[in-house]
Amino acid sequence: MTASRRTLLLSLAAQAASPLLISLSASAQPGPMLTRPIPSSGEALPVIGLGSWITFNVGNDRVARDNSAEVMRNFFAAGGRVIDSSPMYGSSQEAIGYGLNKLNKAPQPSVFAADKVWISSGARGPAQMETSRQHWNVPRFDLLQVHNLLAWQEHLPTLFAMKAAGGVRYVGITTSEGRRHREFEQIMASQPLDFVQVTYNVLDREVEQRILPLARERRIGVIVNRPFRQGDLIRSMARHALPAWATEIDCVNWAQFLLKFTVSHTAVTCAIPATSNVTHLRQNMGAAYGRLPDEAMRRRMIAYVERL
Amino acid sequence: MSEWWTYRPSDFLLFSPRTYYRLFELYNADIWPLQIVTLLTGAAILVLVRSRKSCSGRVIAAMLAACWLWVAWAFHWQRYSTINWAASYFAVGFAIQALLLIWVGGVRDRFQFDSLKSARERIGIVIFVFALLVQPLAGLLVRRQWTQVEVFGVTPDPTVVATLGLLLAVSRVNWPAFVVPVLWCVLGGATLYVMGAADGFRQAILSALLR
Repeated sequence: MTASRRTLLLSLAAQAASPLLISLSASAQPGPMLTRPIPSSGEALPVIGLGSWITFNVGNDRVARDNSAEVMRNFFAAGGRVIDSSPMYGSSQEAIGYGLNKLNKAPQPSVFAADKVWISSGARGPAQMETSRQHWNVPRFDLLQVHNLLAWQEHLPTLFAMKAAGGVRYVGITTSEGRRHREFEQIMASQPLDFVQVTYNVLDREVEQRILPLARERRIGVIVNRPFRQGDLIRSMARHALPAWATEIDCVNWAQFLLKFTVSHTAVTCAIPATSNVTHLRQNMGAAYGRLPDEAMRRRMIAYVERL
Repeated sequence: MSEWWTYRPSDFLLFSPRTYYRLFELYNADIWPLQIVTLLTGAAILVLVRSRKSCSGRVIAAMLAACWLWVAWAFHWQRYSTINWAASYFAVGFAIQALLLIWVGGVRDRFQFDSLKSARERIGIVIFVFALLVQPLAGLLVRRQWTQVEVFGVTPDPTVVATLGLLLAVSRVNWPAFVVPVLWCVLGGATLYVMGAADGFRQAILSALLR
């Protein structure tokens, strides 16, 4: 379970020695990278992003921060753009800023910087967002979301004012694991949101009933968190063989199977699986290429996973 | 954050086991050889307990309080808070416990170890010795590296367990002094449990026994 400094260094050395493999694995994917337009603007985003919950919270550990930067390097190399974090995620924002600085990505437009405001005081929201921006070291965030609806009545007016002034490009709200969906829907119906963030995967499909249709109706982008149930789905699926018919949607591993299910819903803009493992990152990014399941295939995927 | 009942303990886990254990590894490297000093401090406390001199209780209280203050500042405030925003509150809790130890053992001179014959007192001493000598090694049994060991006086768990042992071993038990250590046992045990750490059983067993 525990990786030593030596193990981490060896891992980094191995990763540094394989840039050719990385580019080959990305370019060997069938067809162009899958993107979805942000409904409110039409801007295209890759369907696979990068979350940072737990995985990027590494404190001041220089070796682990370098590992995070390596994950980000592979993410960008594979065409990724959306990185999501929150002030709730410990040192994740600092690790992202460290990675962006190391990769010289900060001034470039390739990263779509998505963060959150997570504080019960509306008055202290702007200061928290500014601190977050400094941690990322980006000129401004692309997307700011009210984390878990905390004090949303106070934060949303601030965010909309920031958007009007050019301080942020998009505004959203988040929830996870099915919490407060009724209130979530009310906000979606009444506020001019650009994005919502919800939990959605092959087993947690409650959002299909009301939230995803409402997002489509209101032209709100959808970012999906916990596509692997924080790794639990991957761990439980790993005990079983990937069905042979997964090749029909260009899946070669369970990560791609699960992610393609999530992003194939037409209301979904992108999913943001989190990882600190470069191999897993590459597997995840593979889901942004090739064919996506149609409705019949999606039903087949659900039936297969529910039987396991 | 509303609907607290919908949250599970694992929802509050902000870091991976690898990050948590690396924290101890880097901390141990930073403060070396302070671990030797605190282990000798623990041994000195044992000697003072058995010596039963009039000033022993006050010296023990001062030593313990110093350990709690160090853990509050150097571990919780400076290191743990980098991966867990709640650690700054833990630091305050540990500082309060240090003040409580000074009040109970230093000012009121309630750290007296008169007989050490009752089962409670003896169990207290066994727990203290466990925290001093066995607990750091327990991590090795569950495949943590020796560089990541938790040592009395510089890391929370063995410091808390050792303190609980001494609080049990004194002739007149001061129950308010148990509050912070027992809370930490529950919290620390929950952290290790949701991380899936094999050594989480220590704090859980201790907190269950002391309730």
